[in-house]
Amino acid sequence: MSKQAKHWEKTRGLLFITLAIWFVFSIGIFFFGAEMEASSFRPLGYPLSYYMTCQGSLGIFVILIFWFANRQEKIDEEFGYTEREGD
Amino acid sequence: MIKGKFIDNLPKVYGIYTGGFLAFIILMAIAESAGMSAKLIGIFFVAFTVGIYALIGYLSRTLQLDAYYVAGRQVPTVFNGMATAADWMSGASFVAMAGGIYFKGYGYMALLVGWTGGYVLVASLLAPYLRKFGCYTVPDFIGTRYGGNLARVCAVIVLTVASFTYVTAQINATGTIASVALDIPFGIAVYIGLASILICSMLGGMRAVTWTQVAQYIVLIIAYLIPVFWISNKMGAGFFPHFMLADEVARIAELESQFGLGTVKNSAADLATVPKGLAGITKAHSSVNATPWAFISLAVCMMAGTASLPHVMMRYFTTPSVKSARRSVGWSLFFIFLLYSSAPMLATLSKLSLMDPNLATGIIGKSISEVQALDWYQNWNQANLMFVSDFNGNGTLDLNEFFMGGKAVVLATPEIAGLPYVISGLVAAGGMAAAMSTADGLVLAIANALSHDLYYKIIDPKAETAKRLIVARVLLFIIGFAGASIAALEIQGILGSVIWAFDFAMSGLFFPLVLGVWWKRANAQGAVAGMMLGLISGTAYLIWVRNGGAGFWGITQLTFGIIGSLVSLVSMVVVSLMTKAPDAATQRMVDEVRIPSGRTVLGKQH
Repeated sequence: MSKQAKHWEKTRGLLFITLAIWFVFSIGIFFFGAEMEASSFRPLGYPLSYYMTCQGSLGIFVILIFWFANRQEKIDEEFGYTEREGD
Repeated sequence: MIKGKFIDNLPKVYGIYTGGFLAFIILMAIAESAGMSAKLIGIFFVAFTVGIYALIGYLSRTLQLDAYYVAGRQVPTVFNGMATAADWMSGASFVAMAGGIYFKGYGYMALLVGWTGGYVLVASLLAPYLRKFGCYTVPDFIGTRYGGNLARVCAVIVLTVASFTYVTAQINATGTIASVALDIPFGIAVYIGLASILICSMLGGMRAVTWTQVAQYIVLIIAYLIPVFWISNKMGAGFFPHFMLADEVARIAELESQFGLGTVKNSAADLATVPKGLAGITKAHSSVNATPWAFISLAVCMMAGTASLPHVMMRYFTTPSVKSARRSVGWSLFFIFLLYSSAPMLATLSKLSLMDPNLATGIIGKSISEVQALDWYQNWNQANLMFVSDFNGNGTLDLNEFFMGGKAVVLATPEIAGLPYVISGLVAAGGMAAAMSTADGLVLAIANALSHDLYYKIIDPKAETAKRLIVARVLLFIIGFAGASIAALEIQGILGSVIWAFDFAMSGLFFPLVLGVWWKRANAQGAVAGMMLGLISGTAYLIWVRNGGAGFWGITQLTFGIIGSLVSLVSMVVVSLMTKAPDAATQRMVDEVRIPSGRTVLGKQH
């Protein structure tokens, strides 16, 4: 397999992980709105369903994007595809 | 004072700007205590901030193509994040979002999840690859990747439909705020709003819009956060509201059952006396009040729409590298998060301050005549944003007898909580910044697509730089004027048309963009079919449901993008597979897009 194909395979792998996490916190957990509300786990004292919609999921997305960007940079570096300054 | 290149001095420039703005707020506060009238304070706030944006717009004027279209591709990561956040957060986010949460609770918060979750798609599926491509506009990518003028024209059509739906709402919002703050009729205020929008974008294109958007972000975030923190502290609800309002949320739930929320229904005859546009509290504040599908379908539409709206995507064309485009998406979402996570807190504080009889500001349970005598009630009643009526004739105000407009949560809460008027002036400046920055981005997205993709690429490929830039500016003016004329008609509400814009964009552009990067086999015929059939089927579904159609799968006029994008996906895959695979040159181009290093696919100037 060529260097480029390997790079793309890894990139695609990272995409699937990222989208899986994204799916859980943007779609998955909201199938269980009523269950989250009844849950005894209450972050900062808020009902879990309320917390996830106003802070939880939103914050996770911010962290997820930065994590994704770091991982992708590592993959690019590994295959020597990092941009030179001034490119 | 400032040496060297502007780009190297950004933190210093905007640091001084922020300090200057804070000093201006303090100056206004002093002027207020010295007896300056509320009206004059409002005028000062709006005139001062808009004047600064106009100055930035003038200083950023340019005669170069890549400066005009992509700000010279040298906007640093964090600053591009701020500009995108301002580009993104519209008058609707600023003025209407907290109100939506206030009235609709959990079901509405699907918008918060959708409008943030979409950025994960932007970062992982699209932005870095489109940056590597080196295009000027979104149709530029579609046209080059798939080849042929037809695909390019289709992309321009979808872009125009989605962005134009959106921009009329934004010009409407600038008009609303300008008419309140400057105390002039709405019909005139709309054109004043338009003039300020054009000043920011006409001379310098994307470069001017970038640097005004950063300035607008700073104003709008200060204007949103100061009242939230101040009210929270004043009410004794918590020093840092985001982490400390659990008791208040629980207290609202307690009061809801005490006041019989949902048990007392107003008769149709009673409701007919309530002014148009005002609503009462009929839904629980924090508990789950929507079915999973209603929540998820709305969130999905907003996420896919986010990833397809051209005015957001083109912000990532302005970063210096692919790597910085990726990181810039993270910063954008961080800056958006600051405001979005505050909106539910503002809604909570606003509702509690009106509901709780233990608070001095609480009005539910007081006598009607006492409420009607309140200064702030009279002000907002006059502005058509508040209304009480003693339906059951018991002399006291019940929960079902109080009505408010959605905008009032942001606009009136500072006054209800007893904050000085200077805060209301600040909020008006913030709302103006939010609406202007989004309108700027949208008008520019449409005008650039028409001038670059339609005029230069198709009609007159030999046009010289000077001529191209003149055409771009003339189009900018025409689009802005058309938007303002339609906004002046006041056809639909701000929030409804914003949501439609997402559905239109998602119907026509989501899959053609994503598959352009992630599926090499996708070809021009497939893309054209995907864009057109997606847009047409989505629009048809919208018209059908609007005219009393029953709909299916629980898809409403707010989520018609699901139909559009599914049709788009299926037709794109089927047509692509039925026709010839893209040629070797196109396949190589896609390979090239997938690696960050090396030169962009399109040249620096094209």
